[in-house]
Amino acid sequence: MTAVDEIKIGGMGASRRRVEDNRFIRGKGNYIDDITLPGMLHMEILRSPLAHARIISIDTSKAWAMPGVRLVLTGETMASRNLAWMPTLSYDTQAVLATDKVRFQGQEVACVIADDPYIAKDACQAIVVEYEPLPVIVNPTQSLADGAPLIRDDKENQPDNVIYDWEIGDRVGTDRAFDQADVISKIDLHYPRSHPSPIECCGSIADFNRATSKLTVYLTTQAPHIIRAAVALVAELPEQMIRIISPDIGGGFGNKVPVYPGYVASILASILLERPVKWIEDRTGNLISTGFARDIYLRGEVAMRKDGRILGVRMQTMADHGAFFSDAQPSKFKIGLMHSAFACYDIPNAHLLARGVYTNKAPGGVAYRCSFRVTEAMFFQERMIQAAADDLGMDQAEFRRMNFVRDDDFPHRTPYGFLTDSGQYGKCLDVGLEAIGYQDFLEQKEAAAQRGRLLGIGISTMTEPLGAGNSREYDILGIKMFDSAELKIHMTGKALLRTGARGQGQGHETTWAQIVAHELGIPAEDILVEEGDTDTAPFGMGTYASRSTPVAGAAVAMVSRKIRAKARKIAAHLLEISEEDVEWELGRFYVRSQPDRGVTIQECAMAAYSNMPDGMEPGLENVAYYDPPNLTWPFACYIATVEVDPETGVWDVLRLVAVDDCGVRINPMIVEGQIMGGLTEAYAMANMQFITFDAQGNCIGANFTDYLLPTAWETPGFELHEVVTPCPHHPIGAKGVGECAAVGGPAAFVNAVIDALKGTGVRNIDMPVLPDRVFQALNTGKDVSGAPPVMTDEA
Amino acid sequence: MTDLYREVLPQPDDDIPLREITIRVNGEPRVAVVEPRLLLAHLLRQGFNLTGTHTGCDTTHCGACTVLVDGKPVKSCTMLAVQADGRDVMTVEGLAGASELHALQEGFKEEHGLQCGFCTPGMMMTSKALLDENPNPTEDEIRWALSGNLCRCTGYQNIVKAVQWAAVKLQT
Repeated sequence: MTAVDEIKIGGMGASRRRVEDNRFIRGKGNYIDDITLPGMLHMEILRSPLAHARIISIDTSKAWAMPGVRLVLTGETMASRNLAWMPTLSYDTQAVLATDKVRFQGQEVACVIADDPYIAKDACQAIVVEYEPLPVIVNPTQSLADGAPLIRDDKENQPDNVIYDWEIGDRVGTDRAFDQADVISKIDLHYPRSHPSPIECCGSIADFNRATSKLTVYLTTQAPHIIRAAVALVAELPEQMIRIISPDIGGGFGNKVPVYPGYVASILASILLERPVKWIEDRTGNLISTGFARDIYLRGEVAMRKDGRILGVRMQTMADHGAFFSDAQPSKFKIGLMHSAFACYDIPNAHLLARGVYTNKAPGGVAYRCSFRVTEAMFFQERMIQAAADDLGMDQAEFRRMNFVRDDDFPHRTPYGFLTDSGQYGKCLDVGLEAIGYQDFLEQKEAAAQRGRLLGIGISTMTEPLGAGNSREYDILGIKMFDSAELKIHMTGKALLRTGARGQGQGHETTWAQIVAHELGIPAEDILVEEGDTDTAPFGMGTYASRSTPVAGAAVAMVSRKIRAKARKIAAHLLEISEEDVEWELGRFYVRSQPDRGVTIQECAMAAYSNMPDGMEPGLENVAYYDPPNLTWPFACYIATVEVDPETGVWDVLRLVAVDDCGVRINPMIVEGQIMGGLTEAYAMANMQFITFDAQGNCIGANFTDYLLPTAWETPGFELHEVVTPCPHHPIGAKGVGECAAVGGPAAFVNAVIDALKGTGVRNIDMPVLPDRVFQALNTGKDVSGAPPVMTDEA
Repeated sequence: MTDLYREVLPQPDDDIPLREITIRVNGEPRVAVVEPRLLLAHLLRQGFNLTGTHTGCDTTHCGACTVLVDGKPVKSCTMLAVQADGRDVMTVEGLAGASELHALQEGFKEEHGLQCGFCTPGMMMTSKALLDENPNPTEDEIRWALSGNLCRCTGYQNIVKAVQWAAVKLQT
């Protein structure tokens, strides 16, 4: 006998076809709206049509009188149970149902629970709300203006609309670097408001059983255990009586991390009515009220020597958080991980000033395929880098290479204080340049310019922090951000694995089994993976911020190793030798001196139930909790080439080359799927996706007519390449990959368009780089940037 | 579906005119008494428990609710159930045969053409209509045919490959 073939058993490195697909391709997924419970009622939400208004009165009598209506909830009902407001993860409060004022268009005002959703929707229309309109604030400049109306007059000690002023880095050292600089490059940028928009909207089914006091909530949540903890701590319900079940999720991207008013209202409704209550959000509700992303301005400055060495960077950011500071971001920093910017560059001095303000816009979110502002950080970084290279007149690839952290310079302290541990940045860049044919393209571009055609090439290189997170940098309401895995090996050698994560399409049911196969040699197909039920899964912090593989995936490896350690003792017993003489090869223990004599892991499993050594507990089950020692730092290089049509401003992607170093790849097929999905969202943000507001605070982007998502037609093709630098502290060397392309991608596209416009005087066009903006820039020779915001140190 | 234990709810005061309709769903005639305003997607999902047809946008953009009506792809969230009276509707549940998957279902799995799976039924139904009409489409033809179906996970590249995989399989 020899070791089993890892690829054959679907272990690490196998492009194993996905287990979960078997139900999805048959239309047999189990998404929230597919669940029907006996006696279930349906809830709809009445939302505010106004962005800022005082509520004078709410008349629900007509709604109550409609046949089939069981309950109408208003802020008053919620307040009587101390549930009109709820705490946010960012230590603010958020209205569940409005009591005093509405503070953004789409805010939840009342709920109707009825026999079917059609009746509930009809009844919402029968509710009469009288509003007194108030002046509306839709951007930071208005928010900070003298005499601006106070949005959060519900809060004590809130004299203005500023949420926070926050600072990190070395101000004095950075000022000195700027004093010594030969060249200072300056650019103002805006990362517009965007929305994750998974194709499935949010929803909940609350089922309170008076007889048992048990509350079961089916919820579209990426983090079921956090929700259980929040319900226990906030609603003061006994935690053992709360069961959160996250069924199949139709995409998350961070949109399904926060706690939404609809969830809370459906829970209260079920408690009051003692019947299951289902709430399924419609798309407009999803777009105008749930977790958005970005909406932040930057003033960025880079100080350089004339040979190209960067001496220091300064960043000032102004974030528009909407009406409540309800970022679902667990870092210990007000502006998330904005200060992960420039982590791949060796820069001695850096300083960041961040300000956050309230406006009359939807709150929350922040994460959209992104570790809490990392997307903005890397976009700003790579736009600043390109502007700096252009200002110096230096080649953009060479400028990056000169300033990269070198391969032998790890661990490396980043400009703002994070610790990176590994990477081959120069190699990734080389692979990308080679793939795109950099020199050839520059010549092609030159030749095309002679004929009046505008070609451009954009590079984006970045390392970003994934895997939230270690206790120095993260916690959620004081809870450490570990994750977990529980592995039960049955006597027949088959296994059940559960983790505290909750996938939304990442393929956990497939890849977790591959890690167990890698560690134990049990075929992946013999391992059932389950997630999402807090009554059965071990406590974990869920899936977002590309943390599943870095944290829960590590726990899967660690629990497998615990199992293997016990199996080794059993093997020694079965082979009648001492444990020291037992050797391991994949799937099998053997006698060191007699490799032919051995027992398989499956034989050890049977023995754990039938023939264990004296004094050993029976069974072969264990659980591991993994508290990561550091973040993981994948690196990526994205290179786009584009052609801009000078007649129309339309730009087409010619090629997109992606080089991802996400460490060791568990399932290459799935990794590539994640990268292509991320690149598409990057393209979307660069090209079309944004949500804006008119002066009255009306959301422009409240449905898919106004909020454009890329289709198969305009989405470009992608060429993928890889470099592998294993993560030194992760048990299987993986770094995570879900968000990399969405984080690093946008700058590649924008840089390419700006490169195509080189020589026209245009240094910036704000995202999305719409054809009319390009056209305007081409025809004026001027930047197309949003109104300059009031910046932190000027305010 | 049995009416053996169905609770009879009191009729609403105002007279909502109900209509009896017969739709052939995945080859089986199904009869329902519906309000004229009931959407076909809701009848399929809640009335007939065919929950493979999803709704994602309410405005005919996302295509998750795509079914075939008399062989043509239709977004069932913007078709009234009464409009399907007397017609032939095929949902994702009708794709697989008794013993084997449809080539598209195999193709989507084989080429990793899905991640969260929510858009997948609509993608496959639109693709089926395409392949029924054009058994050997180019990449552009596939992309154009699928441009009414949104996917947020895959970036479409593997969906295109999945359809190509199915096209090859169906021709051999």
